[in-house]
Amino acid sequence: MSMQTDDYRTQYTLETFSFLPELNADEVYDQIVYIINQGWTPALEHEDPANAAAHYWGMWKLPMFGTRDPNEVLAELDACRQAYPNHLIRLIGYDNYTQCQGHNFVVYRPRGM
Amino acid sequence: MASKTFDAGVQDYQLTYWTPDYTPLDTDLLACFKVIPQEGVPREEAAAAVAAESSTGTWTTVWTDLLTDMEFYKGRAYRIEDVPGDKNAFYAFIAYPLDLFEEGSVVNVLTSLVGNVFGFKAVRSLRLEDIRFPIAFIKTCGGPPSGIQVERDKLNKYGRPMLGCTIKPKLGLSAKNYGRAVYECLRGGLDLTKDDENINSQPFQRWQNRFEFVAEAVDKATAETGERKGHYLNVTAGTVEEMLKRAEFAKELGQPIIMHDFLTAGFTANTTLANWCRDNGMLLHIHRAMHAVIDRNPQHGIHFRVLAKCLRLSGGDHLHTGTVVGKLEGDRASTLGFVDQLRESFVPEDRSRGVFFDQDWGSMPGVMAVASGGIHVWHMPALVNIFGDDSVLQFGGGTQGHPGGNAAGAAANRVALEACVKARNEGRDLEREGGDILRDAARNSKELAVALDTWKEIKFEFDTVDKLDVG
Repeated sequence: MSMQTDDYRTQYTLETFSFLPELNADEVYDQIVYIINQGWTPALEHEDPANAAAHYWGMWKLPMFGTRDPNEVLAELDACRQAYPNHLIRLIGYDNYTQCQGHNFVVYRPRGM
Repeated sequence: MASKTFDAGVQDYQLTYWTPDYTPLDTDLLACFKVIPQEGVPREEAAAAVAAESSTGTWTTVWTDLLTDMEFYKGRAYRIEDVPGDKNAFYAFIAYPLDLFEEGSVVNVLTSLVGNVFGFKAVRSLRLEDIRFPIAFIKTCGGPPSGIQVERDKLNKYGRPMLGCTIKPKLGLSAKNYGRAVYECLRGGLDLTKDDENINSQPFQRWQNRFEFVAEAVDKATAETGERKGHYLNVTAGTVEEMLKRAEFAKELGQPIIMHDFLTAGFTANTTLANWCRDNGMLLHIHRAMHAVIDRNPQHGIHFRVLAKCLRLSGGDHLHTGTVVGKLEGDRASTLGFVDQLRESFVPEDRSRGVFFDQDWGSMPGVMAVASGGIHVWHMPALVNIFGDDSVLQFGGGTQGHPGGNAAGAAANRVALEACVKARNEGRDLEREGGDILRDAARNSKELAVALDTWKEIKFEFDTVDKLDVG
């Protein structure tokens, strides 16, 4: 039996999609399309990495009720990133039928995270 | 009814309990039995006998029957249908008035419906295929302590199935080594790990020691990964008092979830524990040891869809359902039929899924479906497609059998899961493109590449024993 020599280093991952390479703009766009097509409401939240474990992150404006345009969401993401360059940002899809979040993943990490 | 007189003697069931003109009420509890009568017993008589023996009747008439309104309380066989593909068997549909059952007690329902009647002489074999619980009864049951939505909010898991694994070897590890295995799985990317069902409190590993070491493992992995982690601490015990003591200790340790075996421990213990969990904000994972004894024979026993419905009423936040793709039993359509019963608020009759009645669950919370047993990373695309997001996919050997150990195995599964979810959201067909999706993802994950190499050759192609009845 051969010796497995690789060391597995624990990663600071922050939930859904954290084990994939960072999503590029097109891939983020596709996830926004998915959220909108499910009938969910896109929303953005941001937080200082030191407080990332809390349930509640800061909310970026209000959830984008009624939007059908993924580019609107991308524009808000850009604005949020410029306002809080040192914060984590996550993209959420609110599902008002289940009263839950249908989707939620960290879409922006500050440099070095 | 004053004109009735008392005639002693053996019952002719048909006269009283076969009522083909009856239209079931919304408040009736309905049951579908698959019946194989003894030779020479007509279908109507056998169906009526089942209705009688599972409700008000006994083998002979008694004078005290006349002191009550049997017309009100009796079960009624109201329909008979052929069973496709089985000439000897037929389906008997029986309606029971709501007042035959104590509020909030699935124990009472089962004691009536699957009590003495299963040993009854007029039938050769008998299987309870489905129960339609009236919403009036459902509203008297507590149901899942938290339910899917609350669990997601508590554990911060959104947009994907959760990943779990049962710690192996199932018996024999010291508490500290066991906690090590838990820590490795969780730091590698699993959300949840699980006590094996037969880990209770054996001499090699007493429950209190296990709970303490596991709690440290969970807390450390949570802090290091930035993700919420949990381990199903098995509180199943020989007495309800002991069970509750263990549950209290799990809470004291700040752990989010405990587990229970609902069939071996029984519905009374399970409902007590579910109520305790609801009061104490704990999630409850339910294992199903002994189910195959009850549900595997297609002609005798109770179909698992009935046990699953009963569990949702008794209370649990997770329930094992079989995997469809793995080494254990389970026809796909049938499994999807009872997965719906766990998670949806309304399930329409659908014979192609073995669902015999419309079932309205009202506002009862949903139960996460747990797919566990004999599955590995190559099954991931099919599992995500079959079970969807509201499920826990548990890879035991498929995590701990990784050449790099538990953490690497966990990471491999997590990468595979997320790649499949991302691809699904992009509109790709998981079952057709699954191989490509996994191979692409492995280009960025050594752990996944090794996993794909390790399990490539394994196939599971045993035929299922209990199939849906089709012509």
